[in-house]
Amino acid sequence: MSPRRLIAMSRKEFIQIVRDPRSLLIALLMPVMQMVLLGYGVSLDAKNIPVYVYDQEGSQDSQALLKRFQASPYFDVRKTVNSYRDLRYAIDSDRCKLAIVIPFDFSRKLRDTGFAPVQVIVDGTDDNTANLSKGYARAVIARFSADVQHNWLQRQGMPIAASNGNISVDTRIWFNEDLESRNFIIPGIVALVMALVGALLTSLTIAREWERGTMEQLLSTPITPSEVMLGKLIPYFMVGMADAALCLMMSVWWFGVPFRGTLASFFTTTALFLIVILGIGFMISVAIRNQLGASMIALLVTLMPTSLLSGYAFPIDQMPAAVRAITYLVYSRYYVTILKAIYLKGVGVKALGAEMTALAVYAAVIGLLATRAFRKTLD
Amino acid sequence: MEPEIAVEGLSKRFGPVSAVDCLSFAVNRGEIFGLVGPDGAGKTTTMRMLAGVMSCDGGRMKVAGHDVAANAEAVKGSISYMPQRFGLYEDLTVDENIRFYADLFGVARTERRERGAMLLKAAGMTEFRDRLAGKLSGGMKQKLGLICALIHRPRVLLLDEPTTGVDPVSRREFWQVLYSLLAQGVTIIISTAYLDEAERCSRLALLHKGRLLLCDTPENLKKRMPGATVVVSSPQARDLRELLAGAEGVSTVILVGAGLHLVVDDADRRVPELKARIQSAGIAFDEITASEPAIEDLFVAYVQGR
Amino acid sequence: MPNDGNISVRVDGLVKRFGSFTAVDRVSFSAYRGEILGFLGPNGAGKSTVIRILCGLLRPSEGSVIVAGVDVGKDPEGVRHHIGYMSQKFSLYNDLEVSENLRFFAGLYGVDRGIAGDRIREAISLAGLQGHEHDLTGTLAGGWKQRLALGCALLHRPEILFLDEPTSGVDPMSRRQFWDLIHGMSGRGVTVFVSTHYMDEAEYCDRLVLMNRGRVVAMGTPPELRHLVKKGALLLAKCEPLGTALQILQGSPGVAEAAVFGNSLHVRVEQAEDALVTLPAMLESRGVKCVSLKPIEASLEDVFVQLAGEQSAVRGGPDR
Repeated sequence: MSPRRLIAMSRKEFIQIVRDPRSLLIALLMPVMQMVLLGYGVSLDAKNIPVYVYDQEGSQDSQALLKRFQASPYFDVRKTVNSYRDLRYAIDSDRCKLAIVIPFDFSRKLRDTGFAPVQVIVDGTDDNTANLSKGYARAVIARFSADVQHNWLQRQGMPIAASNGNISVDTRIWFNEDLESRNFIIPGIVALVMALVGALLTSLTIAREWERGTMEQLLSTPITPSEVMLGKLIPYFMVGMADAALCLMMSVWWFGVPFRGTLASFFTTTALFLIVILGIGFMISVAIRNQLGASMIALLVTLMPTSLLSGYAFPIDQMPAAVRAITYLVYSRYYVTILKAIYLKGVGVKALGAEMTALAVYAAVIGLLATRAFRKTLD
Repeated sequence: MEPEIAVEGLSKRFGPVSAVDCLSFAVNRGEIFGLVGPDGAGKTTTMRMLAGVMSCDGGRMKVAGHDVAANAEAVKGSISYMPQRFGLYEDLTVDENIRFYADLFGVARTERRERGAMLLKAAGMTEFRDRLAGKLSGGMKQKLGLICALIHRPRVLLLDEPTTGVDPVSRREFWQVLYSLLAQGVTIIISTAYLDEAERCSRLALLHKGRLLLCDTPENLKKRMPGATVVVSSPQARDLRELLAGAEGVSTVILVGAGLHLVVDDADRRVPELKARIQSAGIAFDEITASEPAIEDLFVAYVQGR
Repeated sequence: MPNDGNISVRVDGLVKRFGSFTAVDRVSFSAYRGEILGFLGPNGAGKSTVIRILCGLLRPSEGSVIVAGVDVGKDPEGVRHHIGYMSQKFSLYNDLEVSENLRFFAGLYGVDRGIAGDRIREAISLAGLQGHEHDLTGTLAGGWKQRLALGCALLHRPEILFLDEPTSGVDPMSRRQFWDLIHGMSGRGVTVFVSTHYMDEAEYCDRLVLMNRGRVVAMGTPPELRHLVKKGALLLAKCEPLGTALQILQGSPGVAEAAVFGNSLHVRVEQAEDALVTLPAMLESRGVKCVSLKPIEASLEDVFVQLAGEQSAVRGGPDR
C-alpha cells in the first residue's frame, strides 16, 4: 500500500465532499435535523392527555376529585359536559382521550359507605396511550381515595395506624430515574443518525465515479483496490466521527440526557459501528453503479433495521421470539445497546463484552468483504 | 527492434456478441497508430483491454514490455489511458486534477511542479490553473485530460476518441502536441470514428465488427482502393445523380453539397465517358475530376465487398 | 439561385446578449426553400444560440428573425409547428418500441389521430425500419436509431428541419444513407439546418455559414469556401525527419502555418511560387531532407482554421 496514493485519494474525496452542497447538507445539517425531529417527535410519554368531564353531581367531593386530575401533569381537563352523548362525540372526534363520569350519588355513597364508583372511559385506539392514561387515572383516583379513607377513619375516631397495615410498594427506578422516554430514545437516535449519514454518503462515492465517467481512468492507474477503499472511506470516517461528537453534544446539552460513561468508550464503539456502516455503504456503491439506486438501497439496509430492529424505540424483549432472533443479526442492535448503557448506566467497555465482541466481529467481517468487493476491472 | 505494442489473436465476447475477434497488430516505438472504425467496431474494447482495465477472452497483448493479459497491474505505471470521457473530476480545479493523477503515479513533488507548469504552458492553460475543470470548454477539458495523462511520462499513450466534440482549431493543437510526443519516443494508439482524422496517423488499423479489415499506412491503404473516386461539381446535382446512377463502371453515387461524389472502376477511362454523357444530356456542370480516394471510400468499398 | 419568394428563413442583424456577454453579434443570412445550410464553428461560437432563437426557444436581443413567414421575436410559439428538431443525442426512449416512440412523438407534435397512423407508417418506411416496428429502440444500431429520430422529427411535416451533429459516431455506410434521406427531404422543399463541427458532415451541405465568437466569419458553398484559401497557397511537404522540419517551418518567414498530417506536413504559405523554390533549399541547408513539396487543395478544415485564426489572432481568451 502506497501512502501517497492513499493520501491523494483521501484528499480528492475530501475536496469533493466540501465542494458538493448535497454531501455537506447530509454531513452537517442532517444529523442536527434528525436529532431535533426525532428527539422531540418520538416520545413514548403521555403528558397532558386531554380529558372531558361529565360531573352528574357537581358536589364539593366531586370537584375535589376533579382538582386532583387538574393538578396532575399527565392530564389536561379541557371541558365539562352534560351528557353521555357529548362525551361520546368528544371521544369520536378525538377531542379527548379520556373521560371521567362522576355519578349523581358520588358524595352520598362516599359518606355512607366509604366506597363510591367513578367511571373512566378511555379511547383505546392507541393502546400505548390508553394503557398509560388508564394507569395514571387509577393512580390519581387511588391517591384521592386513600386520602378520603384517611379522613373518614379519622372522623370515625379510628386509629390511623390501622389503615397502614397494607403493604405499599416503594418502586425505585434505576438509570432513568425520571422515566423520561427521551433519555431512553436519544442514544438510539444517535445510532440512527450515524447509520443514515454514513451509509448515504458512502453509497454515493463509487457510484459517482461510474456515473461521471472517471472510474475508467482511475482503473488504468496503479492504484490498488484497498487504496481505493481506504482512501475513499477515511474522509467519511472522519465526517462520521465529527457527526457523532455533534450528536453527543446535542443530546447532552440540548436535550439534557445524562451521559455517565466515558468519551473513550463512546468513540471506540462509534468507530466500530462506523466501520460496519461505511463498509456496507461502500459495498452497495460498488455493486450498484448509479447514485440514485445506491442511496435507495443504502437507506433500505441501514435505516430500516436500525429503526425497527435495533431496540432504539421498540424494546426487543417485547418482540415475538422469531423477530427477536433476527435482531441478533442486526449490527445496530449491539451499538444501540452499548450506547444506552454508556449514556444511562455509565458502564465501561468491559461490562459490555458480548456486545462489543459482536460489533467488532461485524466490523472485521464487513471490512474484509469491502476490501474484496472492489475489483479493478470493467468486466 | 521489438515492437512496443504487440497484439496477437486478441478476442473479447459479451455474451453472444463478439466485440473483438482475433485481432492482431504490432506498433513500433514512436509510432502513432490509429484504430479506425464506426461505433461498435471494437475500438473502445480493444483500448480497454490494452489499458488493462478489461480482461480478454483470448490472445496475447504485450505493451511496453509487460504481458497485459497475464498481469494487468504491472503495465499501469508505464502507460496512460485517456478514455472517451476524459476522467477529469469536474469539481476539482485544474491543478488539483493534475496533482491527483501525479500522486497516483508516484511522481515526485518537484517533478510534478516543473512538468505540470511546462505542460500547462504548452497547452496555453497556465492562467486557468485555479479554475474548476467542469467550467472549462470542451477543447480545454481535452487538453487537461492529456496533461493529466502525461504527467508521469508514460511510454505508451492510449487515447480513445479524444477529439469527439472538439472544434477543429483545438483539434489541430491537440495533434500538434501528439506529434511532439512522438519525437520524444512515446508510442501512441488513438481511436477515432472520423476517417478524415485517420489520415494523420502513421499507420492505421481499419476495424469493422470486431475484425481487422486492413492495416497499413494511409498512403498504402489508398493505393489499395479498388477503383477511383471522381468528383463532379454541378448546380444540378440531383439530375446528375439520376443520370449517372446506373452508368457502366460507376459503383457508388453520393450527393454532396456542391455536386456528386462517384466511385468508378477506372478513372482514366470513365472520366471522359462520364463527361460526354453529361454534356449530351444537357446538364450544367463546372468540373469533373478524378480525386484521391478518402479513407472513407476505401472503408465503404471494403465493407461492401464482404 | 432561387428568388426572394423562396426564402424560408431570413435573419437580419441578429444580436443575442446574455448579461454583458454577446453570444451572437450582428448575424445576417437567408436560407432558401429546400436548401441544406450548414453551421460550422467551435463550441461556444454561437451556433446553438442562433438555432435556439430560430426555434423560438430564446428571444433575440436585437434584429429580425423571420422563420416560415413568422416573426420569431413577436410570436415565438407560432414557429413551433413549422419546425422539426433532431439532436445528436437522439431523444428517443430506449425502453419503448419503435412504433411506440413514433406514436409518442406524434402525440407530442399534435398530429391528428386520423392521420397519425399514416404518418407513422410513412416514417417507418422512410427510416427503412419495416419489420422492426416492435423492436425495442434500445436494441437498434446507431444508424437505425438516427433514422428513427429523423422519422420522429418529420411526423408533423415541418417546413424546416434542424439537425444538431446528426451523424457523429455513425459508421460511414449509415452516414451516406442518412444524407441520402436528407437530400431527399430537401428535394421535396424542406429547408435543412445542420450544426456541426465535423468537416465530414459539412461537405454534404449546399451552403455553409462559418461562425466564430458569435460572428459569421464566412458564408458560401463548400467549393467557394475552399477557394477562400488561395489556390496553391497550401503545400504538402514530405520531409525527413518530420519533427525537425515542422519546427523549422513554423518559424520561417512567409509561412503562415504548418501542421502535421500523417507522415507529411500541410504548410500554408503567403506566396506559393516563391515558397516552392525557397523552402526546400532552406530545409536542406538545415539538414532536413525534403522528399517532395507540392501544392494541394485546401480542405474545409484548413479554411476553418485559417478564418478562425484571422478573426481572433489571440486565442484562449475567456472560455466559458
